[in-house]
Amino acid sequence: MASPGAMKKKADDRAKYQKLASSIVPRPQLARNIAVAFVVGGLICTLGQAVMNAFIASGMTGDEAVGPTLATMILIGVVLTGLSIYHHIGEFAGAGAAVPITGFANTVAAAAMDFKREGYVLGMGAKMFIIAGPVLVYGILAGVGVALIKWLSRG
Amino acid sequence: MLDIAKIQPAHMLVLFVVVGAVLSGFGVYDRLVEFAGAGALVPVSGFGHSISRGSLLEARRLGVIGLFTGAFEFTGLGVATAVFFSALIALVANPRA
Repeated sequence: MASPGAMKKKADDRAKYQKLASSIVPRPQLARNIAVAFVVGGLICTLGQAVMNAFIASGMTGDEAVGPTLATMILIGVVLTGLSIYHHIGEFAGAGAAVPITGFANTVAAAAMDFKREGYVLGMGAKMFIIAGPVLVYGILAGVGVALIKWLSRG
Repeated sequence: MLDIAKIQPAHMLVLFVVVGAVLSGFGVYDRLVEFAGAGALVPVSGFGHSISRGSLLEARRLGVIGLFTGAFEFTGLGVATAVFFSALIALVANPRA
């Protein structure tokens, strides 16, 4: 059994350790990260808008242009992943690169490339959506749920 | 958000897609799209919005079946292209060592 004195010393030591540790653990540079995520995320969306404007200029309506625009952004995300470039953008910009649909494409393509070595069916086929899967599952749960409520409430 | 709440990226993306779907239900997201265009459609929240919108649109047209077929009305293209292009790129490219 430890004496009360020894226990108090232990608690003191622990407090001291925590103080020391928290002063050394690097803090995320919040302002820098937010600014970079804002700029990079904004640039990706600006590129998306440029693509959309190009489709509209080619004769599509705004609504018609949405699909091809997203498909183009996905293609860009996949190709940048294949060239091992998107990874760097992600490290640099964090959520600024993860939240746009290019990031969604990146997680699918990266998983496909990574798990290819486990086989094309059980590796690539099974694990392609290992990161993007939750987005689909909860997107559909929430989306269909919301639509159900709205549909029932208006008939 | 990744810095403050110390959550994993997947949790943050799930949060975004759910928030997008819910804001769509309140009609807020449509206004956001009108205002920001691709700025509202390209982020993952736009994906949630598209599911809500397609599901409701088809439910009004086809009834209960539409709730489910409509989920992929606008998003099917994105999912299918992501799978198709990703499989192609996995054939030709390898991850960095």
